[in-house]
Amino acid sequence: MQLERKRETAIPFWRDERILKILGQIVFALLVLIVGALIYQNMQAGLAKQGISLSYSFLNGVSGFDLAESAFPYDRNSTYWQAFLAGLLNTLSVGVAGIVFSTILGVILGVARLSTNFIVNRLATFYLELIRNLSLLVFLIFWYLGVFLKLPRVKDAVVWPGDIILTNRGVGIPWGIPTASFPTFRLILLGGLIVAIIVFFALRAYSKRTGRAPLTLLWSLLAFAFVAVAGWFLLPVKPLTLDLTFVKGLNLSGGKILSPEFLALTSGLVLYTAAFIGEVVRAGIQSVSKGQVEASRALGLNSFQTLRLIVFPQALRVIIPPLTSQYLNLVKNSSLAIAVGYPDVFYVSNTILNQTGRAVEMISLVMLTYLMFSLLTSVLMNWYNQRIKLVER
Amino acid sequence: MRKSYSILAIGAILAIVLTACGTAAPAPAPETVTKVETVVVEVTSSAPVVVAPTGYGVTLKAVMERGNLICGVNSQVPGFGYVDANGNFAGIDVDYCRALAAAIFGDPTKVEFRPVTAAERFTALQSGEIDILSRNTTWSLVRDTELGGNFVHTTFYDGQGMMVPKDSGIATLQDLEGGTVCVQTGTTTELNLADVMASLGVTYTPAVFEDADATFAAYAEGRCDAVTTDKSGLVSRRSVLPDPANHVILDVTMSKEPLGPMVRHGDDQWFDIAQWTVFALFSGEEFGITSANVDDMRASATAPEVRRMLGLEGDLGLKLGLTNDFAYNVIKMVGNYEEVYNRNLGPDTPTYIPRGYNSLYTDGGLLYSPPFR
Repeated sequence: MQLERKRETAIPFWRDERILKILGQIVFALLVLIVGALIYQNMQAGLAKQGISLSYSFLNGVSGFDLAESAFPYDRNSTYWQAFLAGLLNTLSVGVAGIVFSTILGVILGVARLSTNFIVNRLATFYLELIRNLSLLVFLIFWYLGVFLKLPRVKDAVVWPGDIILTNRGVGIPWGIPTASFPTFRLILLGGLIVAIIVFFALRAYSKRTGRAPLTLLWSLLAFAFVAVAGWFLLPVKPLTLDLTFVKGLNLSGGKILSPEFLALTSGLVLYTAAFIGEVVRAGIQSVSKGQVEASRALGLNSFQTLRLIVFPQALRVIIPPLTSQYLNLVKNSSLAIAVGYPDVFYVSNTILNQTGRAVEMISLVMLTYLMFSLLTSVLMNWYNQRIKLVER
Repeated sequence: MRKSYSILAIGAILAIVLTACGTAAPAPAPETVTKVETVVVEVTSSAPVVVAPTGYGVTLKAVMERGNLICGVNSQVPGFGYVDANGNFAGIDVDYCRALAAAIFGDPTKVEFRPVTAAERFTALQSGEIDILSRNTTWSLVRDTELGGNFVHTTFYDGQGMMVPKDSGIATLQDLEGGTVCVQTGTTTELNLADVMASLGVTYTPAVFEDADATFAAYAEGRCDAVTTDKSGLVSRRSVLPDPANHVILDVTMSKEPLGPMVRHGDDQWFDIAQWTVFALFSGEEFGITSANVDDMRASATAPEVRRMLGLEGDLGLKLGLTNDFAYNVIKMVGNYEEVYNRNLGPDTPTYIPRGYNSLYTDGGLLYSPPFR
């Protein structure tokens, strides 16, 4: 025993595994640092050689170009920064709309894929197999050139029921315009939200006390809707008036006009990503073992309760991580907007790059933006994942 | 052996030291004297000395070593730079590249055409990916300074125009009130459009696309009421629209668009070569030298400037770092400006554009070459 220990302590440091491991880490870190410094120096030297200096101050200059779409008033007198911001907001709106609609469609597809109805099942399978094996860029161009630009011209505009105007300049939908009583209505909505939150926590407390499982979210939503509807009808002047889209001169006017570029990009992204989400959802539901369902039925839960209380909470744990990566894909894929002429952040940055010749600055800014978008999405999804994770005792 | 070498070496060093000191040392003198002589001979035999700042001559040297010229061109605008039915590059900007290759190598095929988009062209030039940019690029102050380039000379005087479908009833820019205009991103066109519309007080929506193909495809689909780019571009793109006769170019000129090749800052020799290749094309037309008669002209020319230009008198080509017959090669192999113009934009082509400003100054145009002297 003693002899052995002596021998152990006598091991020289270059054969000591613990020291070697630490040394390895240090050497690796140094290598990374050296390579990074070399790359940076190389860039600096290259730029200096071409007489280019790095600076972001040009972003305060007047842009001089117009944008097709912007969330805030933007014209040629605005700065490059404002152009960039407009692009950022456009990306955000595509990202949010894309995530919401692709989730809804994806869940429907995933459930349909497991349906016992032959036609529903086969249709969903056909759709998934078709879409998942297409190139997204081709798919987007199909939607743009093949669908939205093939809509009737403005002078032959088609009106659908619900006063939806279809043209190849955009699709116009009725939209509300705030009236004098809108500020009051906003307060009522806020009150509704408070009521909904109260209902939510009351039902949760009730659930904890009795062990029953009321439809917490549904009741909260109903409470909110009730307050909102009551407020709408009790106010003497309606808070919103309906604004219809109409053809005015060469273009559409009034209401909410969705450009063909936005529609092509969003519908392309939604239909594409939904196919992947459908598979994620199916995999999640199938991962819950049959025994769980059988046990819940034996306990007397009906099929809806089984889905809501047994299958879905367990399936979610499997669904969330791959779902997160699908969301990230959607946001990153939105940079393909350039192919259909939608002014997203990448597109606008590209325009700024062309007009100023500031390649390194603009590309680094765009990379940082997408990194930020992706990290933000992951942080939110990880937080949610943490919450629904199985609590192990 | 070794010993004898070292003795020799010592002798040589001694000799150098001695000559350096200026003392007369007759015995080992011959060796050192010949050395000095060869150096002197080399200096006198080299081309006329030009005071060279750093960067001077590096481009020509690199091109010579590589054995071909890399030219950034357009591949989508018929008449200027595009790929023809046989898969060859053609167009006035493309022929300029061929002329430059002929001036440098005496061989117009020693050029590699690299298609660049409007967006990437300046970066490609700055980073040295291409030797020269010849891609219907508008000369402007920002491009001449901040983008690190020098415009060589205007090879085509153009102006921005607007094209509309014939049945639209649009005749002026004011008629576009509330309309949509298709435009390509990263161009001066995009900025001019915003400028002109703002000054006219016309509200419009731009529909902006990545390249010329996408812009005109959207226009053909009726995505926009009008499409704008340089008038030459409109003429050339109209020729490839599904129904060319149904589109008219409005009688308005929205800007000055002097188009020409562009080189990097910092190499004046390369700039001079590029510029005098343009002037060789102009002068060829002015003196009536064509690819057909250039050999006769060289044999019988008496006018001193023609003789100087064709390399029969003086050493103008050597001053540029080229051979004396560079202008002869340009005209023999590519033709003069008129030949190049007619081949790409002449009356027999589908992209016919009347010469207008692009005529010689003697015909009331703007083409004017400094003297070959």
